Amino acid sequence: MSAVLAVDALHVRFRSGNETIDAVRDVSLRVAAAECVGIVGESGSGKTVMFLAAMGLLPRHAHTEGRIRFEGIDMLGRTSRELNQVRGSRLAMIFQDPMTSLTPHLTIGTQLAEVLVSHARLTWRDARLAALDMLERVRLPQPARRLEQYPHELSGGMRQRVMIAMSLLCKPSLLIADEPTTALDVTVQAEIILLLRTLRAELKLATILISHDLGVVAGLADRIAVMYAGRIVESARTAVLLRGALHPYTAALLDCVPRLKGPRWDRMPFIPGSAPSASSREPGCAFAPRCAAVRERCRSERPSLGALGAGGPTDRQVACHFPLAT
Amino acid sequence: MSDALLEVRKLEVRFGGFTALEDVTFHLHPGESLGLVGESGSGKSTLARAILRLIPPASGDLVWSGDNMLAWPAGELRRRRRDMQIIFQDPHASLNPRLSVGDTIAEPLKIFSAELSASERQARVREMLERVGLSAAMAERYPHEFSGGQCQRIGIARAMILRPRLLICDEPVSSLDASIQGQIVNLLADLQREWGTALLFISHNLAVVRHLCQRVLVIYRGRLIEIAPRDALFAAPRHPYTQALLAAVPDLTGGSVAPAARAHDAPGGCAYHGRCGHAQGLCLTTVPPLQPVDPHHDVACHRWREVVYS
Repeated sequence: MSAVLAVDALHVRFRSGNETIDAVRDVSLRVAAAECVGIVGESGSGKTVMFLAAMGLLPRHAHTEGRIRFEGIDMLGRTSRELNQVRGSRLAMIFQDPMTSLTPHLTIGTQLAEVLVSHARLTWRDARLAALDMLERVRLPQPARRLEQYPHELSGGMRQRVMIAMSLLCKPSLLIADEPTTALDVTVQAEIILLLRTLRAELKLATILISHDLGVVAGLADRIAVMYAGRIVESARTAVLLRGALHPYTAALLDCVPRLKGPRWDRMPFIPGSAPSASSREPGCAFAPRCAAVRERCRSERPSLGALGAGGPTDRQVACHFPLAT
Repeated sequence: MSDALLEVRKLEVRFGGFTALEDVTFHLHPGESLGLVGESGSGKSTLARAILRLIPPASGDLVWSGDNMLAWPAGELRRRRRDMQIIFQDPHASLNPRLSVGDTIAEPLKIFSAELSASERQARVREMLERVGLSAAMAERYPHEFSGGQCQRIGIARAMILRPRLLICDEPVSSLDASIQGQIVNLLADLQREWGTALLFISHNLAVVRHLCQRVLVIYRGRLIEIAPRDALFAAPRHPYTQALLAAVPDLTGGSVAPAARAHDAPGGCAYHGRCGHAQGLCLTTVPPLQPVDPHHDVACHRWREVVYS
């Protein structure tokens, strides 16, 4: 299967003053057509920066190495004019906060139609019809009325539906959704998850779902990659990963998901300490200081991301010297 | 209930023409941990602020250990505030960036325990820092040097140094990473147990509430719609909204998120009837009062006897 997005040995570095921050460190990732890949990690793990790099949205002082190809096109080192051909049409991104992603002084109809006028050269009239059609598709109630409304007149869940509609107008082959439900109430979150699941099936859309919430990712992704301190530490099919993690970090993260059913714990599980600073350059495994199963080798030698059972049903990768038994 | 630390009776809060809280009645026992859950805009934070008398109620009573809080003059209110403290969602934003951590934690002592000498104050601050899992040496440092979890510990130290009888926690772990949330929740549970502090724990995260709280209040559009002991609420929720809330929490089985019935809030009757799959007749015309399911469990639903939770 050919990859829609191929990231190879990506490294993203920021310099600020005399500090060097390595936000993404030697990450490789493939996303196949119509596949949904979940990227899980905590704040500062590099999960957002990686995809800002893929969209060409990093600030100018960012230094990137490696290669990102989208539909065979090299995305690094392009001018913004060249990137604009791809961004918003073939490659779309939605963010956590739908309010700040929409322009406050333009109606929903104008904002949606503008996308088609500029990318697909439609007339304003046709573009508005297409926009209405897309709002129906994302199951926004009373779509015709919404076209005339401004962002502040909609609820958070409705605004996220508008953002999803906008991202899909030009029939992208890849949608990058960065924490799309984090700012929403839990009942609205469930609606948006259901919508994304339906749209994926209808449109055969490849999706990258970035989230800190394993529960959200588990409901949507075919495959999950877990990031820690700028690196992918484990990657596997969703069901396989949830059944038994190989990396102690993934296992600890799974334990930390509070449950509504089953026995209550006396103590809520947590991972001691906190994630290392993105400027740290320790030689060993970045998780070693917090790992319950740490050994001497972990502190001196960094484990590389190794493949297990490649191609087979247990196809997975883990970066640990002493992976947990499953 | 006369042995309650706090009694809230028929509390109503209005902002202009908008009624943010209506007919809110509940009590909180000394040392109890009470959860308050509901969606954004439901009035959770407004209730917290009204209890602290940061915003005035339009009507109703607030009773603190049998004492009418609303009758306290300004001086009395200031003195009593040492017994009721609050911590917030954003731990960085709630700390003054120009104050060292030590000065931040010492501030309540300067106001309420002016008799302490500077060295006594410092000793108390160091002791408190260690109690919340930080080191005494951190007193000299500033908030920007700390992670979100550490800043929340500092906020807890500042709130707890006066040993208040009530700590209101407004979404205290919502902005923290999953691996850190447990550290803070366990710390709050320890302080509640060891020091007998009552907690009003506001959260939209039901699973965290299940872990920490002995009793749970569910609020919808400014009204309490269910009050129940923890185990009863999670095993047998009675209100259709509570049921929808529980069903919507994504779990790790990867399949079972169930969105609430899709419709809009409709005027008149039960505030939830426009979204409720069980609404009929009376629900469209009459606001349901809280009624007992059993002596410890109240629900505001006309049809709770017929609504079955699976």
